[in-house]
Amino acid sequence: MSNTNQNELKTLAETRNHTITAPTLGGMQLFAQLVQQLGMSTKTNDKLDALVNYFTHADPKDKVWVIALFSGRRPRRTVNSTQLQTWCAELINLPLWLLEESYHTVGDLSETIALLVPERADTPATAGKPLHYYVEQFLQLEKADEQEKKTFILQSWDELTSKERFVFNKLLSSTFRVGVSQGLMVNALAKIVQLEPSVIAHRISGNWDPATTNFEELLSEQDISFDYSKPYPFYLAYAIEEEVSNLGEPAEWQAEWKWDGIRGQIIKRDNQLFVWSRGEDLITGKFPEFSALQAKLPDGVVIDGEILPYRDGQVLNFNVLQTRIGRKNVTKKNLQEAPAGLFAYDLLELGGQDIRHLSLSERRTALEILINDLQLPFIQLSPIVDFNSWDQLTQLREQARNINSEGLMLKRKSSAYLVGRKRGDWWKWKIDPLTIDAVMVYAQKGAGRRSNLYTDYTFAVKDGDKLVTFTKAYSGLTDKEFAQVDAFVKRNSIEKFGPVRTVKPELVFEIAFEGIAASNRHKSGVALRFPRISRWRTDKKPEEINTVEDLKKMLELYGK
Amino acid sequence: MAQVIEFTDKGLYCPAGQFYIDPWKPVDKAIITHAHSDHARPGNQYYLCHHDTKPMLQLRLGDHHYQSIGWNEPIYMNEVKVSLHPAGHIIGSSQVRVEYKGEVWVVSGDYKTEDDGISGAFEPVRCNTFITESTFGLPIYNWKPQETIYSDIRHWVHSNQLAGKTSVLIAYSLGKAQRVLNAVAEVTGNIFVHGAIWNTHQVLTQAGHVLPAVIRVTPELPKEVFKGNIVIAPPSADGTPWMKRFAPYSVGICSGWMQVRGHQRRRNADAGFALSDHADWKGLLETVKATGAEKVFVTHGFQSAFSRYLNEQGIAAGEVKTEFGAEEEEAVENPEKTDE
Ligand SMILES: [Zn+2]
Ligand SMILES: [Zn+2]
Repeated sequence: MSNTNQNELKTLAETRNHTITAPTLGGMQLFAQLVQQLGMSTKTNDKLDALVNYFTHADPKDKVWVIALFSGRRPRRTVNSTQLQTWCAELINLPLWLLEESYHTVGDLSETIALLVPERADTPATAGKPLHYYVEQFLQLEKADEQEKKTFILQSWDELTSKERFVFNKLLSSTFRVGVSQGLMVNALAKIVQLEPSVIAHRISGNWDPATTNFEELLSEQDISFDYSKPYPFYLAYAIEEEVSNLGEPAEWQAEWKWDGIRGQIIKRDNQLFVWSRGEDLITGKFPEFSALQAKLPDGVVIDGEILPYRDGQVLNFNVLQTRIGRKNVTKKNLQEAPAGLFAYDLLELGGQDIRHLSLSERRTALEILINDLQLPFIQLSPIVDFNSWDQLTQLREQARNINSEGLMLKRKSSAYLVGRKRGDWWKWKIDPLTIDAVMVYAQKGAGRRSNLYTDYTFAVKDGDKLVTFTKAYSGLTDKEFAQVDAFVKRNSIEKFGPVRTVKPELVFEIAFEGIAASNRHKSGVALRFPRISRWRTDKKPEEINTVEDLKKMLELYGK
Repeated sequence: MAQVIEFTDKGLYCPAGQFYIDPWKPVDKAIITHAHSDHARPGNQYYLCHHDTKPMLQLRLGDHHYQSIGWNEPIYMNEVKVSLHPAGHIIGSSQVRVEYKGEVWVVSGDYKTEDDGISGAFEPVRCNTFITESTFGLPIYNWKPQETIYSDIRHWVHSNQLAGKTSVLIAYSLGKAQRVLNAVAEVTGNIFVHGAIWNTHQVLTQAGHVLPAVIRVTPELPKEVFKGNIVIAPPSADGTPWMKRFAPYSVGICSGWMQVRGHQRRRNADAGFALSDHADWKGLLETVKATGAEKVFVTHGFQSAFSRYLNEQGIAAGEVKTEFGAEEEEAVENPEKTDE
């Protein structure tokens, strides 16, 4: 709290004849409060304030964990939800079905348990432990047997308040999601340490272990220990909403195909090779193809690019690669069936120097020299699409789907490589999605914000006089529409099976998606990429929806 | 043999006494448990209710044939003995005890077991058959003592004052608004209320209830007067342009539903206070046990879960479908419309 605020607080307290004691919060309490504030606030500024407040007051060790947690370094899950449900039901002496019923209403198991376990009237002597105590216990639990886990969890539930218990359960079940972007956290940290946001972003990315890192080390003014694997934060583009012609002179812009693969960074430093995905996972081992780069790339180089399924000079459908990403070990067969390549977009570091501040044209020139020197068939420059006018580019964009591209990227030639999602210099200009009209056949309650509404739907198309399901889709309706569909579901359920309701096939929706591929896991024989509800076709009757033949035609056209 | 109370498409019906309790379609004789819009509907020929409910019915339903009685003052309708008993839900809210040929049925209406100091302390009534609401009939609903919640609300008001914001509290105009009013009266000089709450406040004070003074929000009031103060508004006003005049403000919703984060987020509240005028899980269970009823019918809320649990506990219970439960959410009293 700032000085002025404190003075105001004092005067206010005096005038109102009320003593306000600013409560000193325990570590978990402070963290629970942060999570609550982040979850409830809809304004970015409020979230920023909450984070700044947290980083100002929290225990330094807790802060390191929060940075880690909010940048995706969650502790591994050591217990499953069945164990948690069983122990909770046992503790509060209620039948398991009632716990499940409660869970369906709340939509979140961690919160359900937090609400079900009664809060103690007194504060136990064991209360008030910091966040890092619990997280470190979680790490220990990895090796513990079931009884030890149970004892620790029951003891913790008992000593924590309901709000603390919620974040405890979230951490424990590793289902922690916060609506905080990396950028927002960086901005909050920049307010309390003397470092540029871009430097903070770089420091907190990469390969560091929160259990052995302390706050001062992580964000000290001098970089003490240099981590060679550390990637740069990615520069991301927004979708362009206005007319491209408003961007000005075509000559100032570079157009490239937009690829739909795994955005990644290839790092060669200290004679080691690292491959990072945008989700900040180290995926070096998943792509043995790239190991040749270790010998061929000069030291001190960082390339930004897209990892794609690639064979004989052709980009394949992304689904080809998807099958091998999930695997722990990549087999020879995988490598043959789904070979990966890299399309290089940008060069961020050269000769050990951060060159992100140079213009795109300068970086591209350096990138071209580097890639051409490599002479490796699976490392390609992301091709530049030449154009003289926006009209011409608009026409070229139509070809994207034929080459398994999602559209175009527009980058200002003079632009530096920025941090995070920024407007102005880089834009993505995707082709319009594919669409199909379908009827809703199943509905399920949503999670979290929409836990009491039926918001998760399964859709079907016609197959002769039958219906065949082909996709689920979630987002895309307004709150008002969700409420209307929810009311429809409740009135028109034919059957209830667990949480799923079978509904009268009456409501027609337009489903938009980015790609289509053959699949034998789905009855319809196809799998869609990024399906979502694009609109509710109240003007259409269920007889007028598309057919499974229509899907197959799309597969024929775009599914290769 | 006919039941003492039957479940018909017009509502709960006592054939021997030829009256309905909280009917949802117009009937000749209606006994009204309380003045909330899902229990008290217009168009009946005759209304019987508690003395404290009558002025509220007059405000909300207009002129009709009303008869009012006090708690524990039995009257006879044909050979059926009828009496009202405090339900603790809102001012005037009552349970209806119906006795015919030695068999006793009780209709709870809406109730809460914690004494709020305004509505009259709830009394469980011994009966053979108990018809209970189940609005919050899941074990996740376990209320904190009201004093704890009041102090949370006061804390929140304080922090808004420090931030130079107006505190807008969302509460049902009948019941919750009066509780909240009492809870915050000591922390602020002026409490402003929405027209709907003002109307209710007028009727209640004229009927002799003692409530803290309030100021009605009108278009003439300069914006500056709200700063740092408290405004109480009904759910129907939340998110409407009417709120703009309070900027900068923070919205706190007072409702049992605020127990669950998802609801709080969906309502877009800055703060949620799980303050309810209904019994929580424990309250419902304790009440059912205290009535000594051999048979329980469960109405609006989590009927299936609550009745299944009762059955497992050895209390015969069934679900009843009613048209109760759309509590006040959509109710917008006419007078407030002249506000803007
Ligand atoms: Zn009510
Ligand atoms: Zn009710």
